Amino acid sequence: MKSYPISIKPFGERAVLVEWPEGVSESILADILDFMDAFKELKISGWEMSVAYNSLTMVYNQDHIDFEETKNMILECQERQAKSKTERVQHLWTLPVCYDLEFGMDIEEVADTLGLSIEELIRQHTSHQYVVYGIGFLPGFMYLGGLPSSLEIPRRAEPRLKVQKGSVGLASKQTGIYPQDSPGGWNIIGNCPVDLFDPGKKDPCFVKVGDKIQFESISKAEYELHKIEGEVGIYEPEKVVLNA
Amino acid sequence: MLKVLKAGLYLSVQDLGRFGHRDIGVPIAGAMDTESVKKANLLLENDENDAVLEITMTGPTLQFDADTYISLSGAHIVATLNNEPVDNFTVIKIGKGDILSYGRLEKGFRGYLAIKGGFQSKMLLDSRSQFYPVTQSARLKDGDEIPYEETTSYDPKISEVKIEDHFEHEVLKVYKGPEFSLLTDGQLAEIFTKTFTVSKENNRMAYQLAELILGHSYSMLTSGTLPGTIQLTPAGRMIILMKDGQTTGGYPRILQLSEESIAVLAQKKYGDALKFKLV
Repeated sequence: MKSYPISIKPFGERAVLVEWPEGVSESILADILDFMDAFKELKISGWEMSVAYNSLTMVYNQDHIDFEETKNMILECQERQAKSKTERVQHLWTLPVCYDLEFGMDIEEVADTLGLSIEELIRQHTSHQYVVYGIGFLPGFMYLGGLPSSLEIPRRAEPRLKVQKGSVGLASKQTGIYPQDSPGGWNIIGNCPVDLFDPGKKDPCFVKVGDKIQFESISKAEYELHKIEGEVGIYEPEKVVLNA
Repeated sequence: MLKVLKAGLYLSVQDLGRFGHRDIGVPIAGAMDTESVKKANLLLENDENDAVLEITMTGPTLQFDADTYISLSGAHIVATLNNEPVDNFTVIKIGKGDILSYGRLEKGFRGYLAIKGGFQSKMLLDSRSQFYPVTQSARLKDGDEIPYEETTSYDPKISEVKIEDHFEHEVLKVYKGPEFSLLTDGQLAEIFTKTFTVSKENNRMAYQLAELILGHSYSMLTSGTLPGTIQLTPAGRMIILMKDGQTTGGYPRILQLSEESIAVLAQKKYGDALKFKLV
């Protein structure tokens, strides 16, 4: 597979920003992940990398860097990437969401604005697979792409001071889950009982960039059950390997 | 244990930060003014990453339950040990039951208290820096206790350092940010000639500047941000991300502070003046 052209910009004393062509696309994301795999194979310690849509922020924690030297290293790595292709394991996670009015306080208004019944809104929201294009904003917050245009709705005019942990929201082209209580302006349509960020675990965030998410509608009783299972540590979100 | 009798305005345990977890959205956190922390730890012959207390403007009242040695650095806040004045940048011997209290803030904004061997609060994701939700709370409250190991004798190689502080500096050194090229001649002239002031919106996450510059209507995809990244909102507000700042953002990143200048800004408070210089 061909690699996309990249641009490399300095970003302070110890970081660079690597940018792929502008856009939200699965093939660009795959190219970024291929690059990251190739870079990790170089086994240079001290670098951390984070993806957001079409860009990769690379930070060297150990020292200040020389930009030209770093740029050359990245370009060489991209050459290497084209030659050696690594297999990546990616998952499709099914995350349960309770769309009851108790949690989805904006769902009636959203359905009304979009001209859909609540049942149809839930059907559409749960029938798509969303790609994780990045994790940021809050620990464990996923930037999800792939929302159908029929569910696009502007963010609320006034943000709420507190959106409850687990809240599932819609805002323009995005849908997502608040991993913790937070102020927020998204339209809240439900709540997911799964912990998306648990600092006590070896792997605090089980979802990885490049994975996919599909929501599943659950009842209040199932929600309570998953909550309890989560608290005692026996809840395992359902997953399938995508590229097996 | 160190017992927090009164926490003051904002008291937290910090080391140099939590590295390696940006990819799951965890900010670096850590001390805002790392220069001051390194000096305080140096006097105690600690590792420079040993955990310290970060004190903000109004200092705490603290009681020690075992012998140790401490050093204070950062903002000049009048401090007394059992009612006797103590100075920044000296090694101070502490006995069981001693009480350290803080008074008036004279210069700077954030003070540090380092202890022999470092504070031993729980390490989470490779750091002791308080940041919610990695740690259970973002700050200490009255009655909290922080563990440390007893040290009964210590013969420091240096017992005092000459301080050349950076609290009077007004000029922040900046590099071009990833979206620097979006800036118009008008915006550039404003940024590099105006004097700005720190607004009321300033904390460990970000410092907003009070004065607006010309705005923009550029919309971009969310992308990575770092401590020291200066974002420009469409309304022309400059927001400087600090140590607890989010790892991604959607506003153009026009400038990036030098690390030295992050430490300078960490000592600024509401109303303080700032200028920018491109390096």
